[in-house]
Amino acid sequence: MAWAARSNPRPLPNKDAIEMTEQPDMTPDVIDVRDLTVAYREKPVLWDIDLRVPSGVLMAVVGPNGAGKTTFLKAILGLVRPAAGSVRIHGEPYRRVRSRVAYVPQRGSVDWDFPTSVLDVVTMGLYGRLGWIRRPGRRERELALRALDQVGMESFADRQIAQLSGGQQQRVFLARALVQDADVYFMDEPFQGVDATTEKAIVELLQELRERGKTVLVVHHDLQTVPEYFDHALLLNVRRIAAGRVEDVFTEENLRLTYGGRVSFARAAVKA
Amino acid sequence: MLQELLTDYTLRTVALGAGLLGLVSGALGAFAVLRRQALLGDAISHAALPGIALAFLLTGSKAPLVLVVGAALAGWLGAALITSVTERTKVTYDSALGIMLSVFFGIGLVLLTYIQRMPAANQAGLDSFLFGQAAALVARDVQTIGLLGALVLLLLAIFWKEFKLLSFDAEFAGTLGFPVARLDHLLTGLLVVAIVIGLQTVGVVLMSAMIVAPGAAARQWTNRLGTMVLLAGLIGALSGVGGAVVSARAANVPTGPAIVLLVSSIVAVSLLFAPVRGLVWRRLREWREGRALRVDAVLVDLYAMASQHESTGHPHSRRALDVMSETSASTRKTLRLLRVLGLARKVDREHWALTDDGVERARRVMERQFGGSA
Repeated sequence: MAWAARSNPRPLPNKDAIEMTEQPDMTPDVIDVRDLTVAYREKPVLWDIDLRVPSGVLMAVVGPNGAGKTTFLKAILGLVRPAAGSVRIHGEPYRRVRSRVAYVPQRGSVDWDFPTSVLDVVTMGLYGRLGWIRRPGRRERELALRALDQVGMESFADRQIAQLSGGQQQRVFLARALVQDADVYFMDEPFQGVDATTEKAIVELLQELRERGKTVLVVHHDLQTVPEYFDHALLLNVRRIAAGRVEDVFTEENLRLTYGGRVSFARAAVKA
Repeated sequence: MLQELLTDYTLRTVALGAGLLGLVSGALGAFAVLRRQALLGDAISHAALPGIALAFLLTGSKAPLVLVVGAALAGWLGAALITSVTERTKVTYDSALGIMLSVFFGIGLVLLTYIQRMPAANQAGLDSFLFGQAAALVARDVQTIGLLGALVLLLLAIFWKEFKLLSFDAEFAGTLGFPVARLDHLLTGLLVVAIVIGLQTVGVVLMSAMIVAPGAAARQWTNRLGTMVLLAGLIGALSGVGGAVVSARAANVPTGPAIVLLVSSIVAVSLLFAPVRGLVWRRLREWREGRALRVDAVLVDLYAMASQHESTGHPHSRRALDVMSETSASTRKTLRLLRVLGLARKVDREHWALTDDGVERARRVMERQFGGSA
């Protein structure tokens, strides 16, 4: 990645610089999570997570079921109240930078039989910018159509959402995030149960976002495709096991620590 | 009948009140149905009963606004307790709902019994809140229903976009910065008001039907939220007027049951006959699709067997087809259908062969299924 190569030496021997010696670069981190702990009924779901993500990075969040991946995203987005720790995006608390952040929840988190159209769902991505009471108008419609075009769904604009396939539903959710025009994206399992065409389309979209300098965190289930699709990875199992460039963190040892006894599974992923 | 509705003052009052409450509860109920909170309406209406009794005991007044406020406070408290018990304990949502419903309703019944034994002469009529008595509606009641109903519908219109987002994807609404918990309270609050203004007419026992049924029926006919809410309101209003009029004219028929029977028949018709979503249409479509599938399967089987011979019209035994067929059903009916369609011909009692049209169609089916590689 570019940010590692850009580690040009700077004569900054002050205290701040020493603290940041871990970082090969001086660009401020887009996402800065410190000591994040989340508990449900006293049982820790996430334990003391630290994570710094520089800009323009495509990061996979991987870990076994129940590792707290979804909770991690939700805690960053303020949907789950952390027991301890802090989250900063662009150096600010999330509520101050909402307009720069987009979220793609798990496809299964909503009722797709809800009486509404594809265009309507995508337009919801603009509700935050519209603010209270104001209704979406022609401008919003155009923006939503453009976002649908980006995911190859423009001809589905007036379709009832119940008529969509799993892959199409996922694309609609992606379009809703795109219309938010953010620079940080959080996606929860966008590849879950989608067809090969959609998977390819999503990968292309992710790469396009990275090329435009966006930062994208993706909860991902398929270890095999991590090295191919992503340049960074966070290995999570309640605790942070490892985080960084995929080639550095995707070791057999780390994967065994993340996935416990299922070593053969982990080994297969390393070889892949 | 219609003329009576226009000229008879009592009937007009009753019809207007019941229509308004049906409109409001139908519209708000549509949201409850979509948010899978259908039973919350039931809990709220039952929880409202002790509120009505207490309001009377504390003020000695039976003014509609006083009773409605009492009902709303108790109904709101019931809903809030359900939420808080679910969040703070391991009791599940449906259990919490069942508990609150019976506890509040029990308290309400005890208080009503107590009121009825009081020496004061003024207590008559409160028990009509159980099953509803539209005939008792007077102009003052209708004004209260109209005023509060208008307020509810106005707020629904103002926060339309927010309520829609909340109902479809509350978490996403949260990430956009909308105060989801407060919006949820507001929508539940509107539901409470929609319920309590109907209690006198429909009764606490059956009011939940006015919340659930119109929304469930309306969903069958449309795929647009706006249309669904409007339609639910209309169905509610229609059932309200119909039930109230029947009840007001036939002595001793409580309004609640009359309205519920009416709205239930609308639900039944909608579930069965609504285009696309209706059961009848779905069965019909499934049957058609199934038939087309069977026809194609037998056609392809015949073609596959025939292609092992020089002529594609080579006849084959039905038994062989039965063996090839993936379904256990006999191919006899399907073959007969193929003959009617001119795709196959019967050679003798047991043997069938493809016609030229049949060969043509079988090739097309195979191209479609195997992408032309076959």
